[in-house]
Amino acid sequence: MPKLQLRSLRELLFPLFQIIIFVLGASLVTSIVVLLLALLLRGTRTDTDLLVAVISVLPQTLIDGITLGFLYALIALGYTMVYGVLEFINFAHSEIYMVGAFAGAELALTLQSAQVLGVIPPLLYVVLAVVAGMIVSGLLAVTVERVAYRPLRGAPRLVPLISAVGVSFFLQDAVRLFESFNRNAFYLTYPVIPEFDRRIIFGSIATASGGTMDVGISVKVIIFIVAAVLILIALNYLVNATKLGTSIRAVAQDRLTASLMGINVNQVIAMTFLIGGSLGGAAGVLAGIKAGTIDPFFGFIPGIKAFTAAVLGGIGNITGAMLGGITLGLLEAFVASYLTLFSKGALPGADYAAITAFMILIGILIFRPSGLLGERVGQKA
Amino acid sequence: MKTLKLLSLLLAVTMAVTACGGAAAPTAAPAAAGGTIKIATQTPLSGGLAAVGEGMKNAVQLAVEQNSGPLKAMGFTVQVVPFDDQAKPEVGVANAKNIISDPDILGVVGHYNSGVQIPSSEEYHGASLVNVSPANTNPKVTDRLYLEVNRVCGRDDIQGVVGEQFALNELKAKSVYILHDKTTYGQSIAEFFRKAAEKDGLKVLGFEGTEEKANFDPILTPIQAANPDLIYFGGMFDQAGVMFKQARDKGIKATFMGPDGLDSADLVKIAGDAAKGMYYTTVAGPVSYYPEAAKFATDYKAKFGKDPEPFGAQAYDSTVILLKSIEKAAKDAGNKKPTRAAVRDAVRATKDFKGLTGSITFDSKGDPAIAKYFVIQVGTSDPAKWGENKAVKTLDIPAPPPPSK
Repeated sequence: MPKLQLRSLRELLFPLFQIIIFVLGASLVTSIVVLLLALLLRGTRTDTDLLVAVISVLPQTLIDGITLGFLYALIALGYTMVYGVLEFINFAHSEIYMVGAFAGAELALTLQSAQVLGVIPPLLYVVLAVVAGMIVSGLLAVTVERVAYRPLRGAPRLVPLISAVGVSFFLQDAVRLFESFNRNAFYLTYPVIPEFDRRIIFGSIATASGGTMDVGISVKVIIFIVAAVLILIALNYLVNATKLGTSIRAVAQDRLTASLMGINVNQVIAMTFLIGGSLGGAAGVLAGIKAGTIDPFFGFIPGIKAFTAAVLGGIGNITGAMLGGITLGLLEAFVASYLTLFSKGALPGADYAAITAFMILIGILIFRPSGLLGERVGQKA
Repeated sequence: MKTLKLLSLLLAVTMAVTACGGAAAPTAAPAAAGGTIKIATQTPLSGGLAAVGEGMKNAVQLAVEQNSGPLKAMGFTVQVVPFDDQAKPEVGVANAKNIISDPDILGVVGHYNSGVQIPSSEEYHGASLVNVSPANTNPKVTDRLYLEVNRVCGRDDIQGVVGEQFALNELKAKSVYILHDKTTYGQSIAEFFRKAAEKDGLKVLGFEGTEEKANFDPILTPIQAANPDLIYFGGMFDQAGVMFKQARDKGIKATFMGPDGLDSADLVKIAGDAAKGMYYTTVAGPVSYYPEAAKFATDYKAKFGKDPEPFGAQAYDSTVILLKSIEKAAKDAGNKKPTRAAVRDAVRATKDFKGLTGSITFDSKGDPAIAKYFVIQVGTSDPAKWGENKAVKTLDIPAPPPPSK
């Protein structure tokens, strides 16, 4: 018994260390790159002191990047797990993420109208909303698999792909219609929790325009990051230390042999969709709480970027998805914050951040399709 | 075979009955001697802007109910045909094609978004169908010099300057960061604000456009570093609300300001306390400002169960102008249904029309000769009290001359 407990503890803590080290490392690398650029180009600019401008925005950019990174990581896991077992890209996953956000919002608004929201501790509300999102999204993912993908399992690769795109559009409009009838508006706003909007200020930092700026992090963002990390650890434990996880990895490795070993492949695939969908749902609720307002079309772009992250890390590889997510999130935040500064306003950062993400996708597919951590795709005999 | 024949017979009968039933429904009264006159509305009835679009449609319906007496006495039936343009140009144009193909429709009251009105009115222009707009403020709407296009509200080239002057003189702002939503309306008014700011020495720290609706972090971080006194957002309330809330969440302390696209109770519904104390300019004052509109407000509440939305009073006035013009054109045609061209000319000839929002005379391009501009401060984060926002500044400004060709 003690040996098993030790192994489990290690399984839990090791991924936590991995995540922390990777996040810190990636942050360090991107920060150093930006600082070096600032030092090199400092002399060329007379309107602002480039170094001071860069440093003043750095802490906030890092926080934004890490938050975005965890969001992409959570969504990317859904894509990567499904690809792992089925070699199929579930394009409807972005809408499963969106449905999760709406499920959480509906629960929150119901609690609010039942006057319960003010009574329960805020963290309990977050847990309830996330669980609601996970359940709804997980079940939706399993249903979609049964209805839209399983009947097409023998068909050429393109057919289930198109089916997935179709499901994606269907879900967008289904949610829009449902909310139009239900609440006569399809933009839903998560109820405001004053405790979440509080900012914890670490200190002040000098800005290039001469004043100072507070460096802080809002409670919402802390909750987001902590929740994301907890979910990632739980997933890691599930996949590496449980029987179900071993079955999933077996099916991902070789479906036919796994079935010969007595694994119920259909059931494992359904469970994979359940887990992937739940992760998407959790991401949706957390993103919704952070953003405040959600609409049925808000899943589309983060979904594509998360897919890019999954490909970046090596599609089919779970650690790769986390890696890719955090890398992409940091890159996007840095481009968004600094491109305007470095290009003297010629290239607006907000637009080019998205373009950068997609350029990375194209680049990866051209130069290293297996991704950063991907294994060479062996020929199935 | 027998069941198939029976089924197809049943289907044919059902379709015939529906067709007859459908045709009978619109004419509520027994067939009127003069015929049917329809007024179409095109506003967003779905989507993020639906609240205001519905409000405009309701106001038109109320106006027709209360003011179609003279036309009814001539023997006409007057109806309102609402269309949903979803705030999308393609949908507006598609609806416009439908509208012009119905010969009973003699005028259109709409739109809410200039970016939708401009392409849709190309269709109206082709069919000589008059469009009286309660809310479209982009200068291009009337600068094309179409006889068919008129508006009862002011213009953005003046509204932008009004906003900038207020920021400079009243708010004593030294720096501004300008954002817009990349639509015809939002980008254009942001440009007017910027031009005025650059002319007056108000420092513009940044000018960016975004279609983002959920996550404004990448845009807000550089704004936070630039630390402007004022953030001006040229766009609509559904996007602005989210942005203002996230800006306050990040600790940005700048004053917020925007154009009439922010005028909606939904702004505080979304942004909450973040919107409290901010300013917006508009061409449509709060209903409480217009003394003539008090009865309209009570009638609206009695009929629809809620307070009138922004631009509701303007939609009412637009409809009454249209109805009066149709009356005049009908009388000139010997109490017969007038042509669209006759209605169009009668609308343009409107002089000193006393409406809820003041006296309206159209100039040679369809702008009101003198229009009111307001700067309003958001007093409360309670959506129900949106109509009580105080106008801190009111200006009467004549419309600019037509652009030289």
